[in-house]
Amino acid sequence: MANIEVEGKSYETDEEGYLVNLADWNKDIAEYIAKTENVDMTEQHWEVINFLREYFEEYQIAPAVRVLTKAIGKKLGADKGNSEYLYGLFPYGPGKQACKIAGLPKPTGCV
Amino acid sequence: MLHIINKSPLTNCALDSCLRVVQSGDILLIEDAVYAATSGNVFEDKIHEAMGRCKVYVLQPDLDARGFSDRIIDGVSPVDYGGFVDLTTTNKNCQSWL
Amino acid sequence: MSEIKKFMFVNRKAPHGTIYALESLEVVLITAAFDQDVSLVFLDDGVYQLKKGQQTKGIATKNFSPAYLALEGYDIEKLYVEKESMQARGLSEEDLLVDVTVLGRAEMGELMNQQDVVLSF
Repeated sequence: MANIEVEGKSYETDEEGYLVNLADWNKDIAEYIAKTENVDMTEQHWEVINFLREYFEEYQIAPAVRVLTKAIGKKLGADKGNSEYLYGLFPYGPGKQACKIAGLPKPTGCV
Repeated sequence: MLHIINKSPLTNCALDSCLRVVQSGDILLIEDAVYAATSGNVFEDKIHEAMGRCKVYVLQPDLDARGFSDRIIDGVSPVDYGGFVDLTTTNKNCQSWL
Repeated sequence: MSEIKKFMFVNRKAPHGTIYALESLEVVLITAAFDQDVSLVFLDDGVYQLKKGQQTKGIATKNFSPAYLALEGYDIEKLYVEKESMQARGLSEEDLLVDVTVLGRAEMGELMNQQDVVLSF
């Protein structure tokens, strides 16, 4: 267990930096986690983060990268539904890294 | 006496054994035993029969979790956690049929 | 991955009283990454896993039932329910969260017989 401090408030994370309580998440926390991951949040990043949160809201799981890629392609267009684009935004993986910023658990099967 | 069952009647004989032996008292169905309190289940007739000599209760939160809130057999009484506690205090003793 | 094998997951336990259903679901989601021919079977109390309207707030556990709706996105589209198990529980296809193929016991046995790997939960 660890803690991160954002805007004077402390939030619990696991040893890898994923939020323990999903309800804690807000945009400031997302920006903070992104900074620790060296990700500069742009509109394109937010598009993926928001997509992930909607996906989780609906299915209660974080999607595998392959599933995320396909679903993004369907929703946001083929130019965004591919690994080059998503890894360009999140170099350590749209599953692992984007889920962390989105305040979701690590995708099942992701090591 | 309060009899508490927590296993589905279709995969475990705990409720069957309980109903075979018990002649009176309260029966509380919790966890996977709540399926026994749902209408349309093949166990339904045995519950009706049991209600002739015992009072049958079902734990509402466990029923909700399983998606059966709207399928309780008529005559079975839903209780919340507070009601569960009340049953354990109003009865002289209780037995969990594991 | 060399050749595609036929994998069957047999689910026979009700969803919240034990951990089997959730564990099975997690293994299924992981297996999806290996592009195998995956079938999911729901037998006995396992059919309860697919019941609509599950609300776990009151028992303070994760409601994982919406994840069955995500299976299609994982290209897992072969879901089978045994007719006799469903009938014994007073359930029909309309009570289930996802589209399934309903099989009689003999057809189910035949399908099981065709598999390369069967994992039982």
